[in-house]
Amino acid sequence: MKQIRPAILAFMLLTIIVGIIYPLIITGVGKTFFPYQANGSLVYKNNRLIGSELVGQQFTENKYLWSRPSATTPNAYNPMASGGSNLGPLNPQLVQLVKDRVTVFTSSNEASPANVPVDLVTASGSGLDPDISVAGAYYQIKRIATARNIRVGIVKDIIDKYTKYPIFGIWGTARVNVLMVNLALDSLGESK
Amino acid sequence: MKLGYLDLTLFLVILTLGAVILGKYIAAVFSGRLKFLAIIEGPIYRILGRAASDEMSWKEYTVALMIFNIFGIIILFTIQLIQGVLPLNPAHMAGLSWDLALNTAISFVSNTNWQAYSGESTMSYYTQMIGLTPQNFFSAATGLSVLVALIRGFKNVENDKLGNFWRDLTKSVLYILLPVSVIFAIIFVNQGIPQNFSAYQNVNLVEVQKIAKSPDIKTQVLPMGPIASQESIKMVGTNGGGYFNANSAHPYENPTPITNLLEILAMLIIPAALCFSFGRMIGDRRQGYALYIAMTIIFIVMTLLIMNAELKGNPLFNTLHVDQAQSLFQSGGNMEGKEARFGVLGSGLFASATTAASCGAVNAAHDSLMPLGGFVPLFLMQLSEVVYGGVGAGLYSIIVFAILSVFIAGLMIGRTPEYLGKKIESFEMKMVAIIILVVPFIILCSTALSVIIKPGLDGVSNPGAHGLSEVLYAFTSAANNNGSAFAGLNANTVYYNLLLGLNMLVGRFGVIIPLLAIAGSLANKKSIPVTEGTMSTSGGLFICILIGVIIIIGALTYIPALALGPVVEHLLLYTQ
Repeated sequence: MKQIRPAILAFMLLTIIVGIIYPLIITGVGKTFFPYQANGSLVYKNNRLIGSELVGQQFTENKYLWSRPSATTPNAYNPMASGGSNLGPLNPQLVQLVKDRVTVFTSSNEASPANVPVDLVTASGSGLDPDISVAGAYYQIKRIATARNIRVGIVKDIIDKYTKYPIFGIWGTARVNVLMVNLALDSLGESK
Repeated sequence: MKLGYLDLTLFLVILTLGAVILGKYIAAVFSGRLKFLAIIEGPIYRILGRAASDEMSWKEYTVALMIFNIFGIIILFTIQLIQGVLPLNPAHMAGLSWDLALNTAISFVSNTNWQAYSGESTMSYYTQMIGLTPQNFFSAATGLSVLVALIRGFKNVENDKLGNFWRDLTKSVLYILLPVSVIFAIIFVNQGIPQNFSAYQNVNLVEVQKIAKSPDIKTQVLPMGPIASQESIKMVGTNGGGYFNANSAHPYENPTPITNLLEILAMLIIPAALCFSFGRMIGDRRQGYALYIAMTIIFIVMTLLIMNAELKGNPLFNTLHVDQAQSLFQSGGNMEGKEARFGVLGSGLFASATTAASCGAVNAAHDSLMPLGGFVPLFLMQLSEVVYGGVGAGLYSIIVFAILSVFIAGLMIGRTPEYLGKKIESFEMKMVAIIILVVPFIILCSTALSVIIKPGLDGVSNPGAHGLSEVLYAFTSAANNNGSAFAGLNANTVYYNLLLGLNMLVGRFGVIIPLLAIAGSLANKKSIPVTEGTMSTSGGLFICILIGVIIIIGALTYIPALALGPVVEHLLLYTQ
C-alpha cells in the first residue's frame, strides 16, 4: 500500500506535463507558424465561412462537380457523425446502393464513358472525403460545361489546377478537391 | 500495374533506418546515461521520495504498476461522468453513461483504445486533452516499463531486483514518448490537422441540401479542438483512439498522403526500434536483429495479401458498369469505406500496420474490406500482435514466443532449453502457457456467447458470415488491446461495453502479470555461458522456427473460427 501515494503524485505530475503543457505548446507553435491549418483550413467568401478545404460537402446540381457518396447520418457530409457505411462486400444493400448510384451518374452524364469510376459510387470511410479521383472529375466535365455553357477546356483547366499528385509518385493517389473546384467555377461567372 | 511493392519496400527502408537510430537512443535512455531532462526529472523523483529510488522485486514492481493503472481507470471514469460541469466544453457535451465511461476508461488505460463512442459528439475538450491524452502516454509507458523489467530479468545474475517502476515510467514518458510526439504533432499541424480551442464552427454550405419531407440543411458544423497533439501520441504510443469517430479516415485526423505515411511510420517506429534497443541492452545485437527479421517477414507477406485483395475490387460490381481498374487517374479497387487521397494501397498498408502494431487506428472502414482483406487485420491481431506490436507489448510478447520456440526446439534435440543465457524451466513454461492461452480463451468464449444470445446478436449489422466476423473481430481486437473494429457492430450497449471491457483487462494484465513473474524468476537464476552446444537464437534457423511457432499457434487456435467468417465469405463472393 506504500505505492498509493507515489501513484497519485506521479499521475498528477505527469498529467500536468502531457495533458496540459504539451497540448498548449503544440497550440502555441501551431497558431504562430501555421495559423491557417491550426484553425481548421477554413475557407471564407465575402467574410462568410463557407467550408473547410479539408472537409467535403455534398453537391447535386449539374453545374457543380459532385463529391463521393457519404454514409453519415442523418444527412450526407455531416461532420458531427463521421464514418463509413460499414457494409460488408457481400451485403445486398451495398450492391443495390451502387446500382442506384451508377444509374444516377450514367443518366446525368450521358456524353461520358459507360463505366463510372468506382470512387464516385462508393461511400468514403469518413463520409467527409473532400476529394474525388481525377478519373471521377474528368467523368463529369461535359455535364458541368453544358450546364454552365462554357467550353470543356475551361472546366478541365480548373480541375487540373486543383489536382494533387502522389508524393514522389508513390504514396497516395491523384485526386481533385471538389469544394475548391466548385468555388473556382462559381467565381468564373463573377469575373465575367 | 502498381501492386504496392515499391510503396512497401521504400517504407520498410525508412522504418528500418529510423528504428536503428531510435533503438540506440532508447537503449541509452534506460541505461540511465542520458540526463538532459534532469531539470524536470529530478524534481519528480524528489516529490515521489523514497518510492522513486528503491529497487523493486517483481512483486513490488507489479503492485506499483497495477496501482498506477487502476488509479488511471478511476480518474478517467470519473472525468467522463462529470465532464458536463468541467471547463473546456464549448460544445456542451453531457456526462457519459456509466457503462460507456467504464468501457472507455479500461480501453484507454489498457492501450486498447477501443471506442464505443463518437468523439465529435461525445467528448469535451477537457476529456480529450486532460483525460484521454495522458492515458495515451501512460499506457504506452506501462508497456515500455514491463519490457525493460523483463530485459533486466534476463540480464540479472542471482539478483531479484527488476528496477524501479516510477523511474521507468517517468523516463518512458519524458525521454521517449513526449519528444517523438512533439516532432510528429508539429508536422501534423503543418499538414492541416487542427490544433485550437475554438468553438465548433458553423459553415454556410455552398449548395443547400434538400431532403424529402424535412427542412433544407443550410449549414455544416465543423468540430474543432486540440486534435494534432492527441493524434500524434495516438500513433506514437500505438494507442489508436481517434479524436473523431472516423479515426484516421477523418480528413482532420489524416489530411494528406504525407500524414498517412507519417502516421504509419509513427505507430511502427517505437515497437520496431525496441528490437534494436533489446539487442543492445542484452549485450548481443544479433538477438534483436533476429526478432526484427522474423517480424518483418510476416509483415511483408500480410501487407501484400491485403493490398492485392483490395486492388482486385468487388466482383459483384463487375456487371454494374463500375470502373474498378487501377490507373494513373484513380486508385481503383475496392473503394467502399476508403478515402480518395489514400487509395487502396495507402489504406491496405495502414490496415496491416495498425493491426500488426496493436495500434488500432483506422484510415478506412475495416468492415467494408474484401473478405481476404479483412482476414489480414484479423489474423495479425490473432498472432498476438507480435509483428512489431504495441509499444513494449509487441517485443515482450514475441519474447514469450521465443521462449516457447527454444522450449520446442529443446524438446526436439533433447536439451534443457535456454534463452539469452537463462535456463527455461517448468515455472517459466507454466507462465508462458498462461500467456499463450488466456487471450484466445476469452476471445473465443466471448464470441461464442455473443452469437447465441440476444444482446450479442442485436449488435450485429451485416448479414451472414460477415456478421460472425464482426463479433470475432470485436473480441479479438479488445483482448489483444488493438482497438480497431468492424465498426458496423453496435457495441455501445451495456452487454458489449462490459464484456469487451473484461476482454481488454484480461488481455492486458493477464499477460503483464505472468510476464513479470517470468522476469522475477529469470532474475534469480545463474547465467549459463555460451558453449558450442548452445542453440543459437540469432541465426536463420531460429528465425524460421520462431515464425513457424507464431503462425502455428495462431492458426491452430483460430482457423475454425476464421473458416466460418472470412473464408466462407470469400468463397461465397466468388461463387455468386
